[in-house]
Amino acid sequence: MKLTVDREDDQAAANQLLRDDPKFAAPKIALFQYLTVAVFLFLITGFWDLQIRNPDFYQERALENSVKSIPLLAPRGKILDRDGRVIVDNHSSFSLYLSRENLKMEHLRPIAEGLNLDYDSLVERVRRFQSRGAPQYEPIPIKEELTPGELAFVDSHKDADTFPELEVVHVQHRLYPRDGLAAHVIGYVGEVSEAELNTPEFARFHQGDIIGKDGIEREYNDLLMGVDGQRRVEVDSSGNERRILDDKEAIPGKNLQLTIDLDLQAVAELTLENRKGAVVALDPRNGEVLAMVSRPAFDPNLFAGRIRSKDWKDLVDNPDHPLLNRAIQAQQAPGSTFKPIVALAGLETGVIDDNYHIVCNGGGTFYGRFFKCWGKHGTVDLHSGLVHSCDTFFYNVGNRLGIDRIAQYAEMVGYGRKTGIDLPHEADGLVPSSKWKIRNFRERWYPSETISVAIGQGATTVTPLQMAVAIGGIAVGGMWFQPHLVKDTAHLVPARRAELNLENVQKVIDGMYGVVNEPGGTGVRARLPGIEVCGKTGTAQLASNALLKGTEYGKTHKDNAWFVGFAPRQNPEIVVVAFFESGEHGQLAAPIVRDVMKAYFDKKARLARAQPQIARAPSNLLGRPTPLSAAPLTATQSAAEAIP
Amino acid sequence: MPGHRSIRDFDWLMVVLVCAICALGVLQIFSATRDTRFSEAWWKQGVWILAGFIALWIGTLIDYHTLLGQAYVFYGLSIATLAGVFIVGMTAFGSRRWIGTSAYHLQVSEFVKLVLVLLVARYLSELKGEKQLELRDLLRLGALVGVPMILVMIEPDLGTALTYVPILGIGVFLAGFRWQYAVAVLVIVAVAAPIAYWVVLKDYQRSRVVSFLDPDQDPKGSGYQVIQSKIAVGSGALWGRGVTKGTQTQGRFLPVSQKDFIFSAFAEEHGFVGVVVALGLYFLLLMQIVQNAQTASDKAGMHICMGVAALLLFHVLVNVGMVVGRMPVTGIPLPLMSSGGSNIVAMFLMLGLVNNVRLRRFVN
Repeated sequence: MKLTVDREDDQAAANQLLRDDPKFAAPKIALFQYLTVAVFLFLITGFWDLQIRNPDFYQERALENSVKSIPLLAPRGKILDRDGRVIVDNHSSFSLYLSRENLKMEHLRPIAEGLNLDYDSLVERVRRFQSRGAPQYEPIPIKEELTPGELAFVDSHKDADTFPELEVVHVQHRLYPRDGLAAHVIGYVGEVSEAELNTPEFARFHQGDIIGKDGIEREYNDLLMGVDGQRRVEVDSSGNERRILDDKEAIPGKNLQLTIDLDLQAVAELTLENRKGAVVALDPRNGEVLAMVSRPAFDPNLFAGRIRSKDWKDLVDNPDHPLLNRAIQAQQAPGSTFKPIVALAGLETGVIDDNYHIVCNGGGTFYGRFFKCWGKHGTVDLHSGLVHSCDTFFYNVGNRLGIDRIAQYAEMVGYGRKTGIDLPHEADGLVPSSKWKIRNFRERWYPSETISVAIGQGATTVTPLQMAVAIGGIAVGGMWFQPHLVKDTAHLVPARRAELNLENVQKVIDGMYGVVNEPGGTGVRARLPGIEVCGKTGTAQLASNALLKGTEYGKTHKDNAWFVGFAPRQNPEIVVVAFFESGEHGQLAAPIVRDVMKAYFDKKARLARAQPQIARAPSNLLGRPTPLSAAPLTATQSAAEAIP
Repeated sequence: MPGHRSIRDFDWLMVVLVCAICALGVLQIFSATRDTRFSEAWWKQGVWILAGFIALWIGTLIDYHTLLGQAYVFYGLSIATLAGVFIVGMTAFGSRRWIGTSAYHLQVSEFVKLVLVLLVARYLSELKGEKQLELRDLLRLGALVGVPMILVMIEPDLGTALTYVPILGIGVFLAGFRWQYAVAVLVIVAVAAPIAYWVVLKDYQRSRVVSFLDPDQDPKGSGYQVIQSKIAVGSGALWGRGVTKGTQTQGRFLPVSQKDFIFSAFAEEHGFVGVVVALGLYFLLLMQIVQNAQTASDKAGMHICMGVAALLLFHVLVNVGMVVGRMPVTGIPLPLMSSGGSNIVAMFLMLGLVNNVRLRRFVN
């Protein structure tokens, strides 16, 4: 029994064992192992494909993903005055852009609120950019000159989860003097336009470059501009910089030292006040321009970023043409300031001499027509003719000279062609001659036309700069330097000389001295105690007075006022021209010239007194240039004191 | 039948392999989350791994036969908890698979895998003799696995739900069934798949399928992850770009590079060589688990080991396959490497079960 039971138990145990034997699945487990091997081979070949066969392709795409190029904008060079004081500086600022790849319109409201922008105009701006069809990668500038608070807002919101479209770009903004000081000399910068890029002059620039558009900024753009660099950075998926890969440093533009003296410039600006006109001061001994003012001026800072279309329209549509640099672009009849040149021509050609005189009864009749003088001067010779600016005297001299000899001497002093100053868009002016008449009107010159030319009327036009050069050249005895704004001795053009009889020159200069210093002289308002100022007034008619009488134009457009002066009488150091439109009489321009000259000689005296300060000056020139404030103010004050 | 147990019999090779894989995982989590708001994830992962080893110890300690005896209780609890997720569950990442309110969430669906391994093993070990599975058995097993699967699927977490399939599949395969059934299943799948694609799948899941088939079609959408992952892997080349040097990982072009795409980050920074080493470790681990299945003292133990092996293989295939663009994006983690507590602890518990089977392999 026991055995059976045992056998049964064994049988049961054996059955149990059999049923439970895990080995029954051994082949299937082996199959699973093969499957596992297959799966791993499948996976490994996947990696083989990507990592061993095509790693270059994927490495390149990883690079595209993570490497971003950021332009490093080269700051433009500073523009300094002759003493090394800064006229044009840069200031570093941050501008906010919206990148358009990940721009979401629903983000605009919170962004506008965070940055105190007007929501509606922001939306309009974005829509305008989108409708313009600009490439997708061109971001939309929405705010310039970010404050620290705004920067903090951008910093804490530009992550991938919030507003990834926010992008801050570091820019160097041009900082120009306020109130348009020397605006026409300096010019302004702006983004190169599509149209400009198509011209040969600008073809070498790239889209988005900020270039000089006018004035010194344009003329010396290549020097001032520098070369932009580039930084390659590794970014993460939200566009944040992780590390700098390499840097191609920007090469900053070179600083540029002008011949302009800020003290004189400031005085000239102030004394011209708001009259439409120009003041030019230069050194006749070398052609250095010490001051150049044109009014009305504009604010170059408007252009420093992107000029708003409204501002631009205002400037262009302004009837006073504030963008016009009257010092080199206003072509106006010189009026009586032309008389010294006619006088010199008369003396040099011998048509008059010391004994030559006429009687002025308020005019004279030439070729059957009566030409009026502005007064009755009685017996007039060369000296009194200049001092009293007698028209009748010069009618006669001109008549004796004839048009072509007048033209010859006018061209000798530099009229009728560009002076070659280092500024763009200089005007030529006009010197009429018989050849000119035939060429342009197919008509011969009538001698009667010469009469008005002799007193600086008729077709003759000059620019204020030309006048300063011309008179300055006579003042130094017949040597005309090319006027220039940059102290660059390497490119100095040698002076043009004329073989003049210095005695004749001296007679003209004496006449101009009398204009200022003799009783009854027309330019006595230019008198300066202790300084021998010479000068000549000019009251230039726009058109025949008879024609203008009673017309609306005649009332609103009065004669232009000119005054050209130089000092001292011997070895002149400065020549100043003041010109303003509708000035009625040249006498009124004389005080402007006087003030500029006073500023010049005051400063010279001050520097002479303060020799030790000069010794210290160089460290100032090389190191921190003094701000615009102090020095010009003193000069202005002294000039203001001198006015009454 | 108390098994002969000693510390010497412990599966030390498995422990070494697990430690090595986990170490690679922690290193990669550290590298991938450096300078991000997840930068503490690497040491949290370390804590979870320590917790995992305790789980492994516990999983080893209690005789698996005792656990098998309670399989239906565990199963009932699982179903109740999964259903409960809908009531008290919280929403995270757009789905409801997390339960709990503390900083450490418990992902119930991860532990359901363990329960299903036990359940399938229990069911199959109770079958008499060597006969093949009847249709009745298949339907019952299918229903048992199907219910939690559907619950997880509507959470919605299709990826995790799919991981339940290999547990059922390996069990049925090992138990044996008529080939006609296999044909029937294939036919049903062939018919059901298009219906499921248009009816069951949600939009984002559909787009995942589309982007798997053609990732370049929508580079900024669903295809983005696949493209970025392939760029990361490919740029790793032979030797990799070095720890914390991968631009795809460090620049966060890779999505969730410490979780689902951790192997992509690993491949970028360690290259093909690193990939071979890591996959080699997984392969050895799998072979070790299979070896424990072969030496198991009974069918139930064998089924437990093979269930775990199949689950692990499925995870590796789908996750790593996704990383190289050979599998669709399903959002299932790579076991032992991906950052995440529930997954780690559940995996260690399962490895504990395997060890459990190993320690009780000698029948006295």
